[in-house]
Amino acid sequence: MSSREADATTGAARDADLADAGGTTDTVRRPRAAASGTLRLLGNELATLFTRWRTWAMLGALALIPILIGIAIRIAGGSSAGRGPAFLDQITGNGLFVGIAAMTVAIPLFLPLTIGVTAGDAIAGEASHGTLRYLLIAPAGRIRLLVVKYLAAAAFCLAGTLTVVVLGTLVGWLLFPIGPVTLLSGDEIPVGEGLLRFLAVAAYVAVSLLGLSAIGLFLSTLTTVPIGAMAATSILAVVSQIVGAIPQLEALHPWLFTDRWLDFADLLRSPPVWDSFAANALLQGAYVLVFGTLAITRFVTRDVLS
Amino acid sequence: MSGRAGTVVDDAVADDAADLAIRTRGLTKRFRSQVAVDGLDLAVPRGAVYGFLGPNGSGKTTTIRMLLGLVRATAGEAEVLGSPMPRAIDAVLPRVGALVEGPAFSPYLTGAQNLRRFDAADRHSIGSTRDTRVAEALERVGLSHAAAKKAHAYSLGMKQRLGLANALLMPRDLLVLDEPTNGLDPQGTREVRALIRSFAADGTTVFVSSHLLAEVEQLCTHVGVMSAGRLVAQGTLEELRRSGGRARVRVRTPDAPAARRVLAGLGIEVESGSAASDLEVVVGTLPDDEEAPEAIVAALVAERVRVRGFAVERASLEQRFVELTGEGFDVVA
Repeated sequence: MSSREADATTGAARDADLADAGGTTDTVRRPRAAASGTLRLLGNELATLFTRWRTWAMLGALALIPILIGIAIRIAGGSSAGRGPAFLDQITGNGLFVGIAAMTVAIPLFLPLTIGVTAGDAIAGEASHGTLRYLLIAPAGRIRLLVVKYLAAAAFCLAGTLTVVVLGTLVGWLLFPIGPVTLLSGDEIPVGEGLLRFLAVAAYVAVSLLGLSAIGLFLSTLTTVPIGAMAATSILAVVSQIVGAIPQLEALHPWLFTDRWLDFADLLRSPPVWDSFAANALLQGAYVLVFGTLAITRFVTRDVLS
Repeated sequence: MSGRAGTVVDDAVADDAADLAIRTRGLTKRFRSQVAVDGLDLAVPRGAVYGFLGPNGSGKTTTIRMLLGLVRATAGEAEVLGSPMPRAIDAVLPRVGALVEGPAFSPYLTGAQNLRRFDAADRHSIGSTRDTRVAEALERVGLSHAAAKKAHAYSLGMKQRLGLANALLMPRDLLVLDEPTNGLDPQGTREVRALIRSFAADGTTVFVSSHLLAEVEQLCTHVGVMSAGRLVAQGTLEELRRSGGRARVRVRTPDAPAARRVLAGLGIEVESGSAASDLEVVVGTLPDDEEAPEAIVAALVAERVRVRGFAVERASLEQRFVELTGEGFDVVA
């Protein structure tokens, strides 16, 4: 990989010479590759992702979760404590908890599904459309394309979790009385600080999904059939949670990327416990490193025949 | 086979690497046990319009993919615009416009958005001129009216034009066009031909793969012929035609015996004809060091042979092609 990067550097330098020799007009082509070029590609990728109807359909589906929870509880009344998903019983007392309750519901299946679609489609989708070859001969650079695709998937993780939390909070605001937030430790914090804690939860869950995104990106480099990579990514998320629920496999649990998915509740204690955030970030970082390396190794040597 | 290709290659050109836009040495690609491309020695002179011919499945597209760094060669080396591929991919490809195995776009983006996306993927392109360049490229292929249409609503011909527009987003030193007129109506085909001629006139090297022989005959200065993964002939169009064996002469005259005598005197192998009519036709095969047609006519007339018809015929490109690649090729004239 380092030799590749060295090549890229000398390549850029050679190109500068060629551009000078050829007298190419500088309104068209910059002599030296600049970091802003990569930012522009990322900008273009994000714009492409968020102009897709599919992306908005997935965000819409995620938005339906807090809306359904809010309306159902408003109509049928609150559930008694201890029944249903966590935080559900607190909604009638404080509408701000709709977002957090919805997050608890979304984490096991809905969020991993949308991540599976976005990350699994990253390379395989381009390959199936045939656009991968045109991006590569632009030339986008294989590692650069992977990095941009991964960052776009990460942006979608954040968009997904923010959708659930922000929309949930708004729905709760509209349908229920709101007030100071009672934390798990029993303390009360003002609404403003409560909202900040909720945003931290969105960030926590987004980070939780980074490992899965890296797995999806790797699977996406293995195939030209996007639905295969999408399904495989989503299934892995479910399998990992099932393994995490079997006590006999406890030795494996700390290594599962889903192991700390529901630990966001630690952010709702007073004072907030950031240990789980750090431990989760470390766990996800390890997955990103391993599967990112696998994706790069696979992708830079792959013959693009689609 | 390779010896045959060697006889056609202009060796003076092949040795001077500086004058070659594309050069490969022993380029080979194996997929598991199957050899897709076998020991290819391409030599594409700068400024040439090079027709890359071959039946379907003869390895043309795999070769193009290797030249563009999409596929790794199993053996051999390739140089594009004087730099080794795929090592110098970042330096070479911004100067190469390409259409590979048909156009491809994100169906949910408009034509202009698709072009902007491919342009943004090139880290050397300048963002501030992007919109202008996209508009100009669309204008050049006659797609300005469809710029805001989603690509999935494009017809095959429109996609083909959009693919060409993508190759034209920047001034290029080399255009690699795989079947550029595929799916185009006759008018579109003429426009593409005119476009290719205009690039060539600007000094751009054009490497165009095709199986439309008529198109290649009209467009190309040089030709390479692939068959079953091997390059079976390469050279200028004229060299390829000439390599197809000796030309035949056909004389229509009432003085057949005299004509036969004169032609034989010029070293032409005259076929024994039958006096079917009073206007007899004499047919012969020219020797390798053939006389100019007008010299043959002059010799006939000098011997008082009344020449009423005269022709020197060569194998057509199509005949040559079938000779080189075998039957069963979808020739579209």
